[in-house]
Formats: sequence, C-alpha cells, structure tokens
Amino acid sequence: MKYLDEYRDQRIARALAAEIAQCTNQPWVLMEICGGQTHTIMRYGLDELLPREIELVHGPGCPVCVTPLETVDKAIEIALLPNVTLVSYGDMLRVPGSRSDLLRAKAQGADVRIAYSPTEAVKIARANPDRRIVFLAIGFETTAPANAMAAWQAKREGLTNFSMLVSHVLVPPAIRALMVSSSNRVQGFIAPGHVCTVVGCQEYEELVRDFRIPIVVGGFEPVDILQAVLMLIRQLESGEARLENEYVRSVSYQGNLPAQQIMAEVFEVADQKWRGIGSIPRSGLRLRREYAAYDANQVFDLSDLTIDEPAECISAQVLQGLKKPTDCPAFGMRCTPENPLGAPMVSTEGACAAYYHYRRHSVAS
Amino acid sequence: MSTKGSVEIKVELSCPAPLPVKDTILLGHGSGGKLSAALIRDVFLPAFQNPALARMDDQALVDINGQRLAITTDSFVVKPLFFPGGDIGSLSVHGTVNDLAMGGATPLFLAAAFIIEEGFSIDELRRIVSSLQRAAHDAGVQVVTGDTKVVEKGKGDGLFINTTGIGLVPNGLELSADRARPGDKILLSGSIGDHGIAILAQREGLEFETEIQSDSAALHTLVVAILAAVSRTTSDLRCMRDPTRGGVSSTLNEIAQQSRVGIELEESVLPIRDQVRGACELLGLDPLYVANEGKLIAIVAPDSANAVLQAMRDHPLGAEAQIIGTVSKKNAGLVTMRTPLGTTRIVDMLAGDQLPRIC
Repeated sequence: MKYLDEYRDQRIARALAAEIAQCTNQPWVLMEICGGQTHTIMRYGLDELLPREIELVHGPGCPVCVTPLETVDKAIEIALLPNVTLVSYGDMLRVPGSRSDLLRAKAQGADVRIAYSPTEAVKIARANPDRRIVFLAIGFETTAPANAMAAWQAKREGLTNFSMLVSHVLVPPAIRALMVSSSNRVQGFIAPGHVCTVVGCQEYEELVRDFRIPIVVGGFEPVDILQAVLMLIRQLESGEARLENEYVRSVSYQGNLPAQQIMAEVFEVADQKWRGIGSIPRSGLRLRREYAAYDANQVFDLSDLTIDEPAECISAQVLQGLKKPTDCPAFGMRCTPENPLGAPMVSTEGACAAYYHYRRHSVAS
Repeated sequence: MSTKGSVEIKVELSCPAPLPVKDTILLGHGSGGKLSAALIRDVFLPAFQNPALARMDDQALVDINGQRLAITTDSFVVKPLFFPGGDIGSLSVHGTVNDLAMGGATPLFLAAAFIIEEGFSIDELRRIVSSLQRAAHDAGVQVVTGDTKVVEKGKGDGLFINTTGIGLVPNGLELSADRARPGDKILLSGSIGDHGIAILAQREGLEFETEIQSDSAALHTLVVAILAAVSRTTSDLRCMRDPTRGGVSSTLNEIAQQSRVGIELEESVLPIRDQVRGACELLGLDPLYVANEGKLIAIVAPDSANAVLQAMRDHPLGAEAQIIGTVSKKNAGLVTMRTPLGTTRIVDMLAGDQLPRIC
C-alpha cells in the first residue's frame, strides 16, 4: 500500500539503523514528543534496532493522557444530566476520572457516543433539537482545527443546543517547560509531524534558537522515526543545533493556513493544566468570548472541581521523559489497561500502555 | 510498592485509584476480550460446573449412547441488520454452523429464536427469515424448532436472533484449544478483518473506493476438506477456531493460554485486504482485533501442515490461506509477532472493545 509499505520496509529500516550506529560515538537522550510516535517505536521495537548509546524517552504528546482529571469528571457530570448527549473521541471513553469513566456513565444510562469527527456532533445537534449535545473537544494542535470548525459551524447555523467542553493543549510551551526544568535530560527532540502539518515549523525554530537544541520534525512510520533519529544524531555528533524537517511529505514551513485561521477565529491561547504535569502558562486553547454560548463550562452549571494531583507522580515523570514506564513499581501488576492507575496506561498512545501491549515479554526476560 | 528493611513503603501515585470492574456490566464484557473472559470465569463457570463446559471450546461435546454430539448456541445482535455480504439472518446460521464445524462436527439441526421489538417491519422480518432459510439450506442444516418473543418499543434494538445448533462428531477426532504443541503450525484460511470493517463502515457511513464485503460464510465444507487432508493422521489436527469477535488475536491468546504455549506470528504474511488495512490505518484500529465471520484458524502438527494448507487453498473459502506462525515453548501463554523489521512485539488480548484513536 502506497505511503505505508515503503515506510515500513525492512531493508530501508535496517540500513538507517546501521547508519545511525555508525554515526553514534557517545550517549544521547532523544525524546519523541508524540504518543503516536511512541506507539510506533514500541510496536516495531525500533529501540531494539538502535545502538545502546541512544536512549529514547517518551514525551507528553498523548492527548488522552494529559487531559486533566477535572475535564473527565466534568464530562461525566454533564453526560449524566437529563436530555444530554455527550459526544467524544473513542479513546477518551475509558479514561478514569476521579470516580468513574464515560463507559460506566454510559452503562448507567448516559447517552455517550463516539465520533470520528467533531462535525458529527454538530450533525447530531441539528437532528435532535430537543436534546443538548456536548462535544468533548480535547487534543493537541492536530484536532484543534476540526474542533474549531464544529463550533464555527454551530454558530453560523445558530444552533442553540450544541456546546463543547474544551481541553486543548499546545506542544511548544510543553517543550519549553521541559527545557527549563532543572531535571531535563533531553538533548534532541523529534517534533510531532501532524502538529506541524497544522501549525508549521516557526515555533520550533524559536525553540532551537532559545535552547540551542536540535529538533527534527518527524513522521509516524518506522522509517520516518529512524530517519529523524539519524538526522538528530548527525547534528548532535557535529555539535549543531538546527530545525530539520524529516516529514516533508506532510509538513510545510508555514503549515496549513486555513486551519490556523479557523483555530484563531474560535480559540485563544490560555493557561492550561496537564494531567500528571501541572499547569503550564499559555499552553492551551479556550473558546473566545464570541463563542461563550458554545462553551459547556458556561452552558452548564458545573460544580467547581479542582482535583490536585501530587507532584511526585510517576506518570508525571514518565510524561516528562524522566522515567520509563517499567520503572514504576505498579507497572503490569497493580496498573494494567484493565485497571489503569493513570492515564498513560489507558490510551494506546500512552507510553505505559504501549510498553504493556507490545513489550511485556522483553521486560520479563 | 517498595520495601525498606521490613517496613513496607507505599508509593503514592497521583493517578486515581483503580475502578472496580465488577460492579456493573459494560459493553466491553461482550467484546470477547479479557472482560468477557473474566465474566465467564467469575459468574458462569462456577455456576454450571461440568466436564463438557470445562473444555471451554466453541462447542460442547456430549456422548449419547456412543454417538458424539456437538452442541452450541450463539446470539446475534448485529447493527445494521443488513450489511454488504450478508444480514443478521444469514449470519445467525453461519455463526452457529461454524462453531459446530470448528469441533469437527457435521452440522445437522438448528433452533432459532427471534426477539423482536414492537413496531418492527414485518416485511424486513420476512427478508431476514428468508435469508436465514437460504443460508440454512446452503449449509445443509434444517431449522427444526424456534421461538418468537416481542418486547416493548424501546426495550430491544429492532431484532435479536439466537440460534442453537447440534451436529455429529466422528469418532476418534479430538480437537481442543489445549492441544497445541511446540512446533505446530498456525494456519489461517484467508484475509482478516473483513466482517468487522464492513459492519463499521456501514454503521458509521464511512465510504471507501471499493465496498468492503463481510466474509460471513459457513465453513463446514472447508472443515471437511481439512479433515480429509489429515484422514490418516487425525491427531495432527490439534484444534480449529473461527476468530469472530475479538479477532485473530483473542482466539490465539486463548489457545496460547489453554495449551500453555507461546505463539509466534509473522506479520508480513498476514493476509489483510488493502481496503481493510486502509480503513484500520485511518481509524487507528488493529485488524488482528477485528471480527471475522468466515475464517478459521487451524493448529496443525508440522508434518501435516503443508497438506492441510494445500487442502484449504483448493477450497473456495480457503484460497488465500497462509501459515501465519508457529507454536513455541518460549513465552508460554503469550502471542508474539515478528514485525516486518525483524523485531518482536506482543499481540495482547484486549480488555474490552477496540476504541478508535483520537489522532
């Protein structure tokens, strides 16, 4: 299949791995930002192909994992209200809040539905004028344009029964927070290709400049990731720090301008809490005042929830690349995908779940 | 949890306490994954202890006056009722016939029960019943008894069908999921994921360039061909299973656990249609967990594997059959897979349903 097979080709992957081994003379710690990339690394065992000197640590780029407990609790509270339909991306349904999850709310009678696109939620609102439809709008810059489009469409049509519970996070402020942390070990980043497809590369160039750290915008297939690792190692070994783009088949420097436009029209940058990490200034998106009528926080009288997560949480350390999931004493024992203690064990993009699903055997041996 | 001296230190995790899974039934309990297995283990098995049930195969085998009878039952709750490649009527014959056939039984008779929601169209019911009749006729089984119940509007989802089947198993044939041995080959009769993706595409209104058809089919004649290929070495055929809900991965995990062996798959030889692969890539699903309704997995001793493979390929329902892996001593109870890059990963059993990824 075109655009897939050539990026999963054993000969190309092996050749890249050999070249990486040849270029590597000292230990390096690299972080892939996106959970989709973590998933690929674990699924294809890419770390097994790399020389010992290279350590891959896994970044905070799993949208499900970093969605705060409060948002999950609020979504459940809304879903259980009479006459409400809560629409969500599929993998949010199993994420535990502080007491329950959306699958359980559904079993209790809540009308919870899975959508592949937020505009489906608008369609449901249009077709059911007597019900209140709430879309759980989470994610990084990748889902933001489509989520923005849903609010824009609802506003244009004058729908009064549609709203969104927004919990949007942005990648560059998170990288900045990692870099200024005194415990940071990361020496090079694989930037998330799909985020850059939307927003372009400019902000990543600023990060390279501010922290003198190499960043390569990477794709999601095995060959993409190995190529990105090679590009990073070449820079690191020669003492360079540049922004490079490995994912040229999708990412342009300026990104997708119409997508940025609709994001800017509907959302504004705001401080944002990340589950397991804490609050990061200007690292999220919220609906603009003009869209207040579509903000579920305004539409519903929600209890003012603040749930504190202790700072010493291991999932926080996993999401910041300081620890591996297997460093956690609960991994695979008290914490499994059936009984997740934390969000990284829930989504397939979560680092803990990726280790659990694909690599338990190498952990055991 | 860590220990310092003899004092146990509790590691504070900020993440919420685990949610108990035993309080209410979730949709995942019907997914064929770990939740289903736990439900059977905790609720049903203790209640009905008996040797036939304890085998935990797709069909029960009972001996009546020297005749070996296979019995199985299955309920069909598919939405939509009509889908490319079949409908709930034909599916409810194929599913039960296949569960009998996997035990090596010749399917003979079916009972069919219809749970119909008030307001359901009689015309649609007629179409479904006639499709069921056609499928039964084609499979050489008769529907000899049945039942009809009507539930109030809103208390059922249109139509549910339950079918129960009985068949005869030849003497000397012993097939069971606990018979896989290291060295055995894993044979798969054709492409995976067709049924699940066909249903999903229809239900969600997803459009692809070419329509994906369900593989729903009765497999008993394919089983006859397989049995003929091992007629002199019957014990070389260890077990057969049809990987329905939960997909190939759940079926193989069950076999690995029941036989206490490891199963090693080769990803590059898995037969997957391009449309199914494309749809799965798009939706973030793994075809190994997607349901099939016209495929079988056979575990065969190495000496007979090629003969069985040839017999499958000579049959129209097994034309794309492949040897997809080997049973091993290593990693007992686990299914692992060699990726196209030569590395190895686990093919886990899912807890509940596979949920589409966000991005």
